[in-house]
Amino acid sequence: MTQLALVIDLNVCVGCHACVTNCKQWNTSGAAGALTDCNPYEAEPNGTFFNRVQTFEVGQYPKTETVHFPKSCLHCEDPACVPVCPTGASYKRKSDGIVLVDYDKCIGCKYCSWACPYGVREFDEQRKVMTKCTLCVDRIYDMSLPEDRRKPSCVLACPPGARLFGDVHDPESEVSVAIRERGGYTLMPEANTKPANHYLPRRKTTVTVRDEELYRSDNPHKIDGAPFDRNLPPTNEELN
Amino acid sequence: MRPAFSVLLLTTLIGAAQGLFIALFLCELLAPNAITPNFLIGGSVIVLLLSGLGLLASFFHLGHPERAWRSMMMWRTSWLSREVIALPAFMAAAFAYGVAHWMALGHTLLIGVVGVVLSITLFICTGMIYAAVKVLKEWAHPLTLVNFSLLGSASGMTLAAAYASFVAPTLTAPLAQAAFVLTALSLLTRGAALVRNAQLSPASTLQTAIGIRHPHIVQKAQGAMGGSYNTREFFHGKSVGFVRVIIPAFLVLSFALPLLLVLTLPLLAFILQYAGLLAERWYFFAEAKHPQNLYYQGNS
Repeated sequence: MTQLALVIDLNVCVGCHACVTNCKQWNTSGAAGALTDCNPYEAEPNGTFFNRVQTFEVGQYPKTETVHFPKSCLHCEDPACVPVCPTGASYKRKSDGIVLVDYDKCIGCKYCSWACPYGVREFDEQRKVMTKCTLCVDRIYDMSLPEDRRKPSCVLACPPGARLFGDVHDPESEVSVAIRERGGYTLMPEANTKPANHYLPRRKTTVTVRDEELYRSDNPHKIDGAPFDRNLPPTNEELN
Repeated sequence: MRPAFSVLLLTTLIGAAQGLFIALFLCELLAPNAITPNFLIGGSVIVLLLSGLGLLASFFHLGHPERAWRSMMMWRTSWLSREVIALPAFMAAAFAYGVAHWMALGHTLLIGVVGVVLSITLFICTGMIYAAVKVLKEWAHPLTLVNFSLLGSASGMTLAAAYASFVAPTLTAPLAQAAFVLTALSLLTRGAALVRNAQLSPASTLQTAIGIRHPHIVQKAQGAMGGSYNTREFFHGKSVGFVRVIIPAFLVLSFALPLLLVLTLPLLAFILQYAGLLAERWYFFAEAKHPQNLYYQGNS
């Protein structure tokens, strides 16, 4: 069974919101209709987005770290939003595990958004239906695109490459390897929704250097600026 | 959660209608000599009126009311779908009950039993819509089910006493006594839910929400300047003072005053109780703290 998902590396994300704008651009231009913008040029601009980047400050001054946190539908393996839908508009595809909303069946009762613990579904105020991340289902299977472009818009847009996309059920996929080897985790595991999307934690890049490694062992006379050792015999340069 | 007025109206109106239907049936069952067909026909009209108004209100909650029929499709998994089936079924039973009395068709007790079963089914469906939302710990408890059933039955019984005081005065006293008992019982169970919810500790924290183990995390940006669906739908938006006032207000209006008045002035008791139940339902939504709010700490 395939389960497509995103793996987001919080150690790499710089909080540039390129994934947000590219997601909006792609999904507002598709056959499903525009993603609403309310008051785009007024006070309190707001609208429908499938993906948001939030920012958190971890720790207390001076030991603080800024963490940028991209947030979109996690395409849970046991989605709380799907069984509560009274019309069947919300469904999880068996073929690839993507959780989708059929906008032609949705009655806009918002019950699914209550059941989702993550708040990743957004009710579209103009179309009056529930909307959410589709993992760009309308481009990842598009054979008219070159193969390396058949990825979600957010993944293609990310300048530092913090977003990975693939099948988390395939143990050899890029995403599975990343989850396995770089400490991938899921959000709110206590909600028992088994999110397919994973996050990779922040990491400190450190190199341990021992004192004796600071100087070349085959350079006993410390011509690279090491302290002079009187116990060593003089070099030719010193004798001359 | 933001209380949607359409849902407050729906749940309180159909609750009273279901309670009233049960009261009518009990009158026919237990006091067949004290009632007239007209009493039951008029009662059925009130039941249909209230549940019809509730049904109408529910449409205002939908983005696409014209597709409402679709919501009957997923009855295998969704309690909302089950409610959408149970409500018209209950209304049909109440209609059949009234017509059977009007046309003297007989079998009224049998129709009444079907109506009562559907009424209880509807109570269960309505309660389970909320009790089945596992992420809202305030709702995910059997007390939610009990309270929807008892509060609906109590208000319906108070309405029955008020109705009887105009049409069948001999029934007023027993109906008012039943309303008194149901109101007192529902005060106990609603009070139990209030106490329980005040002691709840959230299952999710900001640490589990973003997966970073550190006691000090502060949100600096929500990802949107002008708010979003997340900041509108999941916060009640009222002040702490307002919430502090609404709890004693609904306790007095739904329980204390009706208990004092139902034996003497049942109509006034019902009006006050209904207003109180609107406030009760408002608080029911407002007190449910959705875990998604952890991602929107700037708003509350």
